[in-house]
Amino acid sequence: MNAGSRSTDPPLRGKRRGIKPLELAWSGITVDLGGNRVLDNVDLKVAGGTWLSLIGPNGAGKTTMIRALAGTISHAGTITLGTKDVAETHHRERAQQVAVVPQHPLIPSGIPTFDYVLLGRTPHQGMRFSASHNDRQIVHNVLTRLGLLNFMQRRVETLSGGERQRVVLARALAQQSPVLVLDEPTSFLDVGHQMDVLELIAELQIEEALTVVTTLHDLSVAGQFADQVAVLAEGRLVANGHPVDVVTPETIRTHWGVDAHTDIDERGGVTVTVKRRRTPDKEPLPKGRDMP
Amino acid sequence: MSKTLDDLDSKQAPLADQARLGIGWLSAGLAAVLVAALVSVASGPVGIPFDRVALEVLGRLPLINLDSGLTDSQQAIVWELRAPRMVLGLLVGALLAGSGAAYQGVFRNPLADPFLLGIAAGAGLGATIAIVAGLGDGLGLIDPVPIAAFIGALLAVTTAGTLGMRRGAPMSTTTLILTGVAVASFFTAIQTFIQQRNAENLRQVFAWILGRLSTAGWDEVLLLLPYALVCGLGLVLSVGALDVLAVGDDEAASLGLRPQTVRRVVLVVASLGAAAAVSVSGLIGFVGLIIPHAVRLVAGVSHRRVIPLSFLFGGAFLALTDVAARTVQAPAELPIGVITAFIGAPFFLSILRRQTNS
Repeated sequence: MNAGSRSTDPPLRGKRRGIKPLELAWSGITVDLGGNRVLDNVDLKVAGGTWLSLIGPNGAGKTTMIRALAGTISHAGTITLGTKDVAETHHRERAQQVAVVPQHPLIPSGIPTFDYVLLGRTPHQGMRFSASHNDRQIVHNVLTRLGLLNFMQRRVETLSGGERQRVVLARALAQQSPVLVLDEPTSFLDVGHQMDVLELIAELQIEEALTVVTTLHDLSVAGQFADQVAVLAEGRLVANGHPVDVVTPETIRTHWGVDAHTDIDERGGVTVTVKRRRTPDKEPLPKGRDMP
Repeated sequence: MSKTLDDLDSKQAPLADQARLGIGWLSAGLAAVLVAALVSVASGPVGIPFDRVALEVLGRLPLINLDSGLTDSQQAIVWELRAPRMVLGLLVGALLAGSGAAYQGVFRNPLADPFLLGIAAGAGLGATIAIVAGLGDGLGLIDPVPIAAFIGALLAVTTAGTLGMRRGAPMSTTTLILTGVAVASFFTAIQTFIQQRNAENLRQVFAWILGRLSTAGWDEVLLLLPYALVCGLGLVLSVGALDVLAVGDDEAASLGLRPQTVRRVVLVVASLGAAAAVSVSGLIGFVGLIIPHAVRLVAGVSHRRVIPLSFLFGGAFLALTDVAARTVQAPAELPIGVITAFIGAPFFLSILRRQTNS
């Protein structure tokens, strides 16, 4: 399999393995937490095998959308995976279909990388959660694909931030779920490692026919990587569509309250530059002077 | 060029992970139990040669016919005095260490220990009430004192466990331990109050609190055995779930586990074992802390290893501690809880300090 055939045979090589891209939908999702309406009647649909980015100011309800999808928060309304209402599926079946990479994963102290990634096989195991040869093989393959084989025996907490993020991603991939959910996958990473992780997810999206859902703070990342961008503000869905149509100076002005400049590249990716709003009344220092 | 997940060589043997017990560790644990059992049966105020005892024990195994050359009274000492005490030491140690490991797993708290969660204070209260009520002299076949102790222990640990959690999820490490301390103080206060109002039973109550391994016979073993089986089997069956629970409730739920259900079941099973153990042995602390920590240090953190090895090494540890308790000051006996606290308290402090630093 080379790069050429990937570009001429898009999308979804995962079909080869019988993975069917899974579409998903939130319908009429409402969540109340401690008397506050965190999500208010949100309807949102994602086509199978595409990448949705949820953006919005702090407290807009992005993570709550993900928690509703993952089944870790109670909500009104329905979530549909493929054609099934998840409320009617067994919690184990839901875990076989939706893999979650949390923003702050809780890493058990002392756990080796291999064992941690093996936990991703949980939804496929019996009542005693015994790992089969096949489970170990899948973990081995995922670790190979993500370049983590050398870390296999290392304790996860001794890895760097970028390595750790890949290990948590590996656990989610070992789940072999058609839907991959990532809550702020790039927080705490420097720009180089951010791109490493995002480009890896973009490759896996194609290879494994994944439906990807991410929450993101970085509008340029959403604008460049997502196929679909949804904007949440105060618990409501206020914009939804192609990044070019959604990530605009007007939207940013309205919901983030800042002036921004957007650039659209030849592939339809959007990058955003945010401008400073106020400058204190002071003399600007002359350019080109020597710094002490 | 990147490979897809199924382009990869699937014949390469996956490397061994730590998420299984392994025959090596299992044999080491069984060997420790065997050694502790032999040492325990061979030690005591009456000198009986070690090799003779070994022969005597071997000779009782089915299909083996050996003459150990022990006199009748020596045989009686081995089988009626030392053997039940050895078995009881093994069972109590195994239950305390195994339930400690389980508590640490469900609370995700390295300091959770049956003793620190007030189980001993609860047992003390239960036993005191039973003794004061005049039930201590036995009512036919069943001795009500251990049963009352068992109920008290279960009540205390459930109270500490419930108060130490918020919305079904564990609170911080120290909150749980402090809750346990408060619950223990409360139960001890009631126990002391009752005890002082019934001074005529003082000696009996103290004898109970200091532990009864010294006077134990096969009756106590039979009393403990069903709880040991339920607890042992239950915990060994939950090792996989405990490993998943280690990633936190939300993540465990997204992996298809029901964290609250697992926590509730494991807590009940572990508490059954720990409460039954202290109701027979009296107050023995810190075993549930020392053993699982030592096991984690050498064998890794997976419960597939920690739980079974805690049972085995915990049993061996307590049987040997009991040997020390009856030989250090021979012919007088030291309460076994004194020795475990002597080792355990500094151990607890070192873990606490490491925990606070990180």
